Amino acid sequence: MKRAFGPSHRAGRGALLALILLAAPALAETPIPHPPRGKGEHCVADTAFMRRNHMDMMFAHRTEAVHEGVRTEKFSLAGCVACHAVKGEDGKPVAYASEKHFCRSCHSYAAVSIDCFECHKSTPDETAKTANASERQDEEKLAAHLREVKP
Amino acid sequence: MSRDCNTGGSRRDVLFGAIAGVVTLAPGITLTTFGAAQAKPAGEPVSSKIRWGLLVDVGKCKPDCDACIKACAQENGLTTTSRPEIDAQWIRKVTLRDRQSGVTRTTVAMCQHCENPPCVDVCPTGASFRREDGIVLVDKHICIGCRYCMMACPFKARSFVHEDHDDQTTAAPRGKGVVESCNFCVTRVDAGKKPACVEACAGKGGGALTFGDLNDPDSDLSRALKTLPTAQLRSYLELNQGVRYANLK
Repeated sequence: MKRAFGPSHRAGRGALLALILLAAPALAETPIPHPPRGKGEHCVADTAFMRRNHMDMMFAHRTEAVHEGVRTEKFSLAGCVACHAVKGEDGKPVAYASEKHFCRSCHSYAAVSIDCFECHKSTPDETAKTANASERQDEEKLAAHLREVKP
Repeated sequence: MSRDCNTGGSRRDVLFGAIAGVVTLAPGITLTTFGAAQAKPAGEPVSSKIRWGLLVDVGKCKPDCDACIKACAQENGLTTTSRPEIDAQWIRKVTLRDRQSGVTRTTVAMCQHCENPPCVDVCPTGASFRREDGIVLVDKHICIGCRYCMMACPFKARSFVHEDHDDQTTAAPRGKGVVESCNFCVTRVDAGKKPACVEACAGKGGGALTFGDLNDPDSDLSRALKTLPTAQLRSYLELNQGVRYANLK
């Protein structure tokens, strides 16, 4: 039985290979999400771990925070929002309504609708914004210093 | 700690003060905002050793003042909607009028943070709950918006959020379809601060609000309760509220 299917099977495999070779450029263009980098050096846990488990971490944190008053910064939604803020064209962090928002960069792609931001603020607090401002000032100072040192 | 440093304590005192200052500052909370007796590290759960309470001195509440209400709205992002009559009220001004003499005074009403809260009894999902430290609040993640708690509350303290919002504060997430009420500014309390209304009343208002730990005999609140005749609203319900009123009659 197996032998009877031999030649056609081989031909099929050849066709598949040709198809893959032809389709290769198209595969390379398959859009994949590119979530923007956060502010710090690294996230509160490994990137691979966060990709898979962030929802469980946040779920556990929310219960502890609301019911027991455990308000640690690790895994807090406010912490995520502050670190992963993406600035819009006006230089201000964008809200969840914008496609540029960090959470949407993956969730829109995966068609997973989240309702966190129906209640939670999707942009960092004013204090976090001031931190950004001082960061920008530092950058400007550094640039001015470099211009003086290396004209 | 800083007093030790200023009154010329030994070098060790100064050093100890400095270390303690750094340790306290590490979780992002300043030494000054952290009341010594009320300090709770951010990673520790609340305990029943503390019971938060509030004293409203009706005699000190100024009739034309709304500092507490404005502060509450700002802290918790209680913005007005297209229909102001359905806006959420976490704290509201109440006018008291003596029918015989006609004398009027004002006070404030909000969630009374009962020890035996009827809102918790009736909640079908467990969203309405009482924290170990006596703060009664709604877990909006599991609130289904049935509004039983609004009907059960003898103090009309709860509000339903009727419309979508996109202007929340980080400290107070709120959105359409859930019930909410005063939670003593729970994130501020967890950070060692006082509720926004209490701070505002002490600043711009008449200093009518005293917040503190009912279980601590040395707290400002407990001391005031020992010296002033105070009452609980609708005390016949035996709910043992955390909010008490002085000079009510």
